[in-house]
Amino acid sequence: MKPTSILHRKWFTVPLLWVFAIVAWQIGAWIYGPEIIPGPVATWKGAQELLEDGSLVKYIGVSFYRVFLGWALGSLLAIPIGLIIGRVTAIRVFAEPFLNFIRFIPPIAFITLFLVWFGIGEQSKIALIMYATLFIVMMNTLTGVLSVEEDKIRSARSMGASEWQILVHVVIPATTPYIFTGIRLAMGTSYMAIIGAEMIAANEGVGFLIWNSRLFFRTDWIFVGLISLGLMGFLTDRLVGWIGRKTLYRYGVISSAPVRR
Amino acid sequence: MSANASANAHTASNTITIERLNKSYADLKPGSIHYIIKDIDLVIKGGEFFVLLGPSGCGKSTLLNIIAGFVSKSGGNLRVGDEEISKPGRERAVVFQQADSSLFPWLTVRQNVEFGLKMKKMPKEQRRAISDKFIRLVGLFGHENKFPRELSGGMKQRVQLARVLANDPSILLMDEPFGALDAMTRRTMQKELSHIWQETNKTVIFVTHDIQEALLLGGRIAVMSHGPNAHISDIYDVPMGYPRDASLPEFQALHRTIQSHFDAELEGTMYP
Repeated sequence: MKPTSILHRKWFTVPLLWVFAIVAWQIGAWIYGPEIIPGPVATWKGAQELLEDGSLVKYIGVSFYRVFLGWALGSLLAIPIGLIIGRVTAIRVFAEPFLNFIRFIPPIAFITLFLVWFGIGEQSKIALIMYATLFIVMMNTLTGVLSVEEDKIRSARSMGASEWQILVHVVIPATTPYIFTGIRLAMGTSYMAIIGAEMIAANEGVGFLIWNSRLFFRTDWIFVGLISLGLMGFLTDRLVGWIGRKTLYRYGVISSAPVRR
Repeated sequence: MSANASANAHTASNTITIERLNKSYADLKPGSIHYIIKDIDLVIKGGEFFVLLGPSGCGKSTLLNIIAGFVSKSGGNLRVGDEEISKPGRERAVVFQQADSSLFPWLTVRQNVEFGLKMKKMPKEQRRAISDKFIRLVGLFGHENKFPRELSGGMKQRVQLARVLANDPSILLMDEPFGALDAMTRRTMQKELSHIWQETNKTVIFVTHDIQEALLLGGRIAVMSHGPNAHISDIYDVPMGYPRDASLPEFQALHRTIQSHFDAELEGTMYP
């Protein structure tokens, strides 16, 4: 390895960045006062309060459960639908304009309707996450299916593969990187959707914590909620990325982090 | 196995007969029809190394894709043996120009070679014996567990060749398979292909735009005219044994003849 400047070393630059951020945060807190910007220490104390009565861990657990369940169900539903739309031209002709219309409606816009349709309980939140996941994974799967090279399908066919074998042994493996990108992106939008839903209609969850804290003017708890969200998203994204790299390497899933919309 | 028998017995059963074959599409002007290839007549005997030679865009790939069953013909007859052809079939293997787009990058060399056998649900031990044989034949022994991305362009084409040979087809359809390779690798691959052809007795239809390549490989060379309305304008016999030496006078004489054929045709189309 050739010698590089200390500024090119991750173990040095990443902590340095965090130190800068915390210092800036503290300065902000001094200037504007703890009601407007609670400093790192005040936030840490708020977090301790929430940790001691167990509510923070519970809220994180609840939000994570909702995201995970809705995301997993949504992906399981979206992948086969995407494959079918991609493979069957007759269906695609009708489905594509509809998909391109509905995918521009953000999940949060559906909250009230979903409450009416699925009730105030867990169902409406899970349904919302499924909606947030469904179209992203479906569109990515569809794009993947459409970009499978014709030569691959032709060569499989001339080696005697049936249409079903072509789907299982050629189209799905070739589409795997696209599907994976789709489910990874969907994880991000799922968090956005769940926070919205929890702010409007929930008695627990990180979104509820952030929204409810306004009643007590506890900006420190809001900060705790925001930081929790950031950490949850970061960790799950890293986890999903790591699992993808480990298990799907041969399909061309590589380590690049997807860009959120 | 029936595929085995038909491949090894080079009788009339794997003769390719093409009669008045057309490929056309309706033109923008109503009523007028645009022909890509028109009235192709060919008989390619079993076990023959047949070269389709022509300029880029003349429709030779279209003809090959029709024989492969990938593209439907608009008119005429196409038979392998006595059977009319309209779909891809195991007996006609295709080697594509681009290995990257036709190999399966998620499979190792061995898994790529065994693909067709696996589709036939052949047991693992049998598959392994066959893939071993053809991986050795194309000189990829020791690279079985590599992925295509770890191989050079020439090696990838060897994988393609082993992959189709493993299915024991009677006919090999090759669409400029060495066109993307550097000159030295191309020369090696040409030598090995004629060696493999001699060893396996397959019928080969080989598409190229390179006169030298056509002369190094082909038993007969069909020269295609420039499209539209492309047809076979001449067929040359190459009465030379293998391996061929491009520096021999008879080789060069034939090269000149074919070159002047193209020059004459080019003059006709470009400076009317």
